[in-house]
Amino acid sequence: MKDTALTKIHESLGAKMVPFAGYNMPIQYEGVNAEHETVRKGVGVFDVSHMGEFWVKGPKAVELLQRITTNDVSKLEDGHAQYSCLPNDKGGIVDDLIIYRFDAENYLLVVNASNIDKDWKWINQHNTEGAILYDASDETSLLAIQGPKAMATLQKLTDTDLSTIGFYTFRRATVAGVPDVIISATGYTGEKNSFEIYFANDDAEKLWKALFEAGEEFGIKPIGLGARDTLRLEMGFCLYGNDIDDTTSPIEAGMGWITKFTDYKHFILRDYHEKIKNDGPKRRLRGFEMIDKGIPRQHYEICDEQGNVIGQVTSGTMAPSLKKAIGLGYIESKHAGFDKEIFIKIRGKLLRAKIVKVPFYKG
Amino acid sequence: MNIPDNLKYTKEHEWVKIDGDIATIGITDYAQNELGDIVFIEIETEGETLEREETFGSIEAVKTVSDLFMPLGGEVLEFNSALEQAPETVNRDPYGDGWIIKVKIADKGEIKDLLDAEAYKNLI
Repeated sequence: MKDTALTKIHESLGAKMVPFAGYNMPIQYEGVNAEHETVRKGVGVFDVSHMGEFWVKGPKAVELLQRITTNDVSKLEDGHAQYSCLPNDKGGIVDDLIIYRFDAENYLLVVNASNIDKDWKWINQHNTEGAILYDASDETSLLAIQGPKAMATLQKLTDTDLSTIGFYTFRRATVAGVPDVIISATGYTGEKNSFEIYFANDDAEKLWKALFEAGEEFGIKPIGLGARDTLRLEMGFCLYGNDIDDTTSPIEAGMGWITKFTDYKHFILRDYHEKIKNDGPKRRLRGFEMIDKGIPRQHYEICDEQGNVIGQVTSGTMAPSLKKAIGLGYIESKHAGFDKEIFIKIRGKLLRAKIVKVPFYKG
Repeated sequence: MNIPDNLKYTKEHEWVKIDGDIATIGITDYAQNELGDIVFIEIETEGETLEREETFGSIEAVKTVSDLFMPLGGEVLEFNSALEQAPETVNRDPYGDGWIIKVKIADKGEIKDLLDAEAYKNLI
């Protein structure tokens, strides 16, 4: 099991540590609900250094990325980032990821911790163009600073005007005396004006301490993976391994907006996905709220009124900001209209729920 | 970890307070801490008579759901309905306001099979 550069700090803070994707990670410090609220109302810091970072470089970088990812990499400008996914050769998804463009021949791919080995193998296997690949996962730390007070906290540590870093753009800057920190206006919480910062492991403790000093006046707190999950689910963001996986098409997962069928874009199984898009997918990933009392969980059956199975829950929780039980799941398209009533089978009982548009949490 | 001496315990991390032929039942401090934030408690067995070790309800934390088991056989007299609106009370006060059900004990002979505080401490 791997540690991040901050594992000792998490343990000293009394975090409950769990193995996650091969890493020893903090799942919670004081409790999921309190941490969730800290991010919605103040500012919280997540150590997400388990995420993977791959560099793709050289004159062949774009060509490779256009073929292995679904979004249109040619639309990226320097200093901009893009959400995308790696389609596999069976119609599913290898991983979802963020691609950062530093310049025309320098890209950073940020992938899920649980998929680092699989992705690295997959990308290398498909690198017939001969792009230069480098796996920086083990040497790169990543902190997410999220919440309404995130910008005020981070701004105290850098001269770069953070208000000029737009959503899904990034800048290299000196933070707390550490040069070349990548400040990215991204996150997995739905909070606006929030950031993720990438830097070398050796600077992790220094930056962590600086952030907590800077955020002290705002009640800054460390946030574990438990609240990371409730925060993302309130936004309806997909989690790889739950809502998308090797068997789900990006079209049925509602990721059509990052699946581009422009003429020059020939990603793996493009025609297959285009047909799904044109014909309409057989099932769709939908958000739903419970009407009856009960909490949906991954793998619970979704049924019609008669109890016929029409789908399956992929994620579910009691949403701390909404005080409602919510979930995501795949539902047969003919049953997947918005506002339609569905039934979740919870311990043998059919409990009423309603299909709703995501995000569940609207700020 | 708080394990009051005056209570009885089970391997399933429940506590039992015996008062004549009435048993008040909840989950231990250890259990609430392991579960994390409790968000839903479902008890639909009020008025039913259940055997020892039968499921009388379920308790849900943010990430997990666990069944609740009868430490003793008997009739479920009452569910702490305050927990419907405030399930987090179980986290805050597991041995007090966070009690879950009261049971009319069918066979007081079963009490001797429960663990005392010392035995429970050794278990966890």
